[in-house]
Order: sequence, then C-alpha cells, then structure tokens
Amino acid sequence: MRRGLTISGINVLAILLMAFTFAVWPLSAPVMADSSQVIDDSTTPEILTDTLSELSSDSAVVSASDIMSDKPAQNDSVFRTDRLNALVLMILFSIVILVYTKWAREGKRLFIRKISGLDEVEEAVGRATEMGKPVLFIPGIQEIDEIETIAGISILGRVARMTASYDTPLLVPVRYPMVLAAGQEVVEQAYIEAGNPDSYNRDIVRYVAGEQFAFTATVNGMMMRERPATNIYMGAFFAESLLLAETGNAAGSIQIAGTAQPAQLPFFVAACDYTLMGEELYAASAYLSHEPLLLGGLKGQDWMKILLIILIVIGIILASFGFGDWYFSLFESM
Amino acid sequence: MKTTVPIIIAFLSGFVMILAFFVSPESVTFGNFELEPEVLSWVTIVGGFTLLLGVVSIVRVNYNAVKRRNDGWVYKLATLISVFAMAIPAVIPNGLSPLFGTGPGSIYDWLFNYLDAPMMSTMFAMLAFYIASAAFRAFRTRNTEATLLLVTAVLVMLWRIPMGEIMLKSIHESIPGLINTYIMNGANMAVQRGIIIGAALGAAAMSLRIMLGIERTYMGK
Repeated sequence: MRRGLTISGINVLAILLMAFTFAVWPLSAPVMADSSQVIDDSTTPEILTDTLSELSSDSAVVSASDIMSDKPAQNDSVFRTDRLNALVLMILFSIVILVYTKWAREGKRLFIRKISGLDEVEEAVGRATEMGKPVLFIPGIQEIDEIETIAGISILGRVARMTASYDTPLLVPVRYPMVLAAGQEVVEQAYIEAGNPDSYNRDIVRYVAGEQFAFTATVNGMMMRERPATNIYMGAFFAESLLLAETGNAAGSIQIAGTAQPAQLPFFVAACDYTLMGEELYAASAYLSHEPLLLGGLKGQDWMKILLIILIVIGIILASFGFGDWYFSLFESM
Repeated sequence: MKTTVPIIIAFLSGFVMILAFFVSPESVTFGNFELEPEVLSWVTIVGGFTLLLGVVSIVRVNYNAVKRRNDGWVYKLATLISVFAMAIPAVIPNGLSPLFGTGPGSIYDWLFNYLDAPMMSTMFAMLAFYIASAAFRAFRTRNTEATLLLVTAVLVMLWRIPMGEIMLKSIHESIPGLINTYIMNGANMAVQRGIIIGAALGAAAMSLRIMLGIERTYMGK
C-alpha cells in the first residue's frame, strides 16, 4: 500500500513536471533569432553519414535518436517541431503504460505470454545447485548508461536471489567499473533479501578487463577452469558473443542468452539452449519478479506493438495502391 | 530515502535527455553551460572515479587467487604483472625518460602495439573457427526447419562470394538477384526490423518504468 502511494505520487509529479516544462518553457526560454544559430544544413549530411555508418557497423546500437534526422526545425520555436510525431508517440506510450500499471495495481488480471527461456532460468540454477557448480552471469559488455546493461543488471538481481536461496556459487565478470558498482549493490541486496547475507562475497561481481577481447579471453578461461553448470548472458553483446557461447557449449554448460542486438542473435541461437530476443530481454526482470506493477508495463508495451502493427498494415495498403505519401510524411521528420 | 533519492536522480537524468531531444540546443544553453553535453560529461567523470574500484577489484581477486594457489593461478599472476607493467610506466611523467608516459617509443606504447593489439587481433581471428563449429551444429538436417535453414544458408553464402555468384549465374542468370530480393531484402530484413521495433519499444517501456519509479529492480529492489 505504501509503495503504491509512493509510485502514484512520483507519477503525478513526473507528469506535472513534464507538462509544466512543455507548456511554460516556450514563454520563458530565449527564442531563436534566426536559423544561423542552429546546426546549419551543411552539417546535416555529415551527421547522417556518421549515423548511417554507425548503424551499418557491427557495434551499432539502434536508438530513437539514431533513426531520426538531427536536422532542426527551420522556425523560431524553441521546440524541435520536426520531432512532434515522436513527442506524440511518447506521450501516448506513457499514458498506455500508466493506465495498465494502474489496472495492475487495482488487481485486474493481466495475461502475459509464456517465455520459455525465462522459465528455464530457475531450472538452470537448480541444476547448478545439484551439480555443486557455479552459475556464470554476464550482464553484457557495455556501460551502465546503456539500457540493455540496466536490463541485464535487473535480471542479475533475480538470478542472485535464486543462487542466494540455494546457496549456489555465482560468478559475475564485468567490463566496466560502474557496472561493477551497480552489480555489487544489486547482488548484495539480493542476498540480504533472500535471507542469506553471510554467503555474499563482494568478489562475486568482479571487474576482469576493460578491453573487449581481454574480457572475452578471461571469461573463456573462467569457463574452462571452473566449468560453471549454467551460463546466463543478458545484455549487449557484439563480436564476442559466439566466442563466449561456443566456449560455454564446449564446457558443457546450460546456456541462456538474451540480447537486443539483432546481429548477434543467430550466434546465440546456434550456441545456446535458450535465447531471449530483443524485447524479451527488457521484459525479463518483470516476468521473473511476477510483480503486477511491472507486468502492467509489459501489457502497455504489447498494446503499443499492436498499434504499430496496425499503422504498418495501413501503410502497406496505402503504398500498394500508390497514395500513401501523406501518411508516410506523418512518421518522418517534418 | 535510500530508494526515493535514486528514483528522483533517475527521473531528472532521463528528463534532461528527453528535454534535450525535443528542444532546440539553444534553449537549453545558458552561457557556456550546455545542458545535455554537461550531463553526459558527468557520466564520464563518475566513470573516472569508479575506475579505481575496478583496479582494486582486479588486484584483490587475482592476488587472493595467487596467494591461495587456486586453479590457474599462473594466469592470474600474469594478469597482475600485466596490470602494473602497463600502468606504472604510463603514469610516470615522460619528462624523466622517453620510456615513460604514453607517447611513441614509450614502454606503454611498445606493450600496446606489440603485445596488446596482436592479442586482440588473435582473439578476433579465432571467431572464424567458432563460426565454423557453430554452423556445423546449426546446419545439421535434423528436421524440415533445419533443412530449410541449411539450404538458405548455402544459397546466401554462395551468393556472397564471387565464385559462388558465377556458379549460381551459370544455373540461371536471375538466381543471385532473387536471393537478394527475397531472402536478404525480404525475409531477413523483415525479421530484423521486427526485432528492432520490438527491442526499441521494450527499451522505451523500460526507460519509462525506470523514470517513473515503477521499475526498481536495477537497485536490487
């Protein structure tokens, strides 16, 4: 009850702050005098070229800002009116998630489809317990400011709670010191909440190397020496994905992977027993927690996906009949 | 308090990024203070401080393993020696000797160019062998789906190499074009876009849950 009240308060404050900013800011902020004060057209092709090359590279991380043009509006507004469509979508998305969260809090039953990879996490930890071998968890190889790493850290909390309950050894090698700090905090909290704080050791989460392939070599060595029964990879992975997953396979571990990097998914599918694809990674912490509030957010996400599918189908039909230009312009930078 | 303060910080940080995305850069610049780059530079500064945590962690874990003669302690000793061999000459000012610092001709530079970089390249090159072993398992014709995957993979691999393309063209001129149109730009592209759209929605939803304080699992709650 207390938590529900706190969340309601924060939600209301957040929405009020957003509304206030977008309503009042134009009145108080300095207005652009002319277009020469903003990034001019000559810089735009360079930005687009950089963005395209970034998107085509193996290490590309697709975000909304990558996809959208960086060309500012050619008017006097303090708003980027060329991004109005994104603002509308964001507000709609926020409303849908808040509505479903409210329904979940009120006790409305929400159906969430089964994700077999996540159902297997508990079984895989149980297997490690029976074998008396450790569980290896890697929260990706990116910094803590990447949402995939945060998703990985969230799942780590759930896995750590299971290993703490069963008193199973856990190994968490990380590539960045900030991920180390966050990981240590999450794992320690999980061991306390599982009622087994004595088993917590701050070296469960350990910094092994800052270089991508030095990290991979260290983890591969760890897999071959310590032979963990279960390997869980959750987060952003790049060229090292197959090096890790194949070594884990050779070591005879059960492997569960999850990433939002489309280029790495085939490697994980080929080498791991279960793979979470794209959005399933972000749903994992909510799914494993079984908390109605978090599951409400997932339902809101599904609703938005249905809306996008409908919009895409309308676009296909309009394009097929040759009169969809006005419709497509709604989704482009204005 | 322990939960509320991080939630407020998370909300404000996210809000600054949203604001910077929707508002023109001039509107969030106050003199020399540019809001978005400023906040992003804080991340770098905090990261610099936490580097010390990383060094402490790597030294403690490896030192304990060497002291207890754990399995593979020799490798851990090599790690410890490497950490200090790279770090110590790099932090000594190169005014004392050209061997110090990180400039050309320094110990750090030599270790980086002749040990670190070749070892990274070796690890990356090994990927080819791992791809071969993974492909061997993935392309075994166990059922209809696996057979379909095998046929598709063989066609795409042939299309990707000049010799294969000539071979395919010798069967029929249009085969490479059909592979490009229907497999790569059709099925492959559609599935990739589906995954990207789903992942983007998932990332946006998770960001909102974090900003609004609904998702607290990243704090271990």
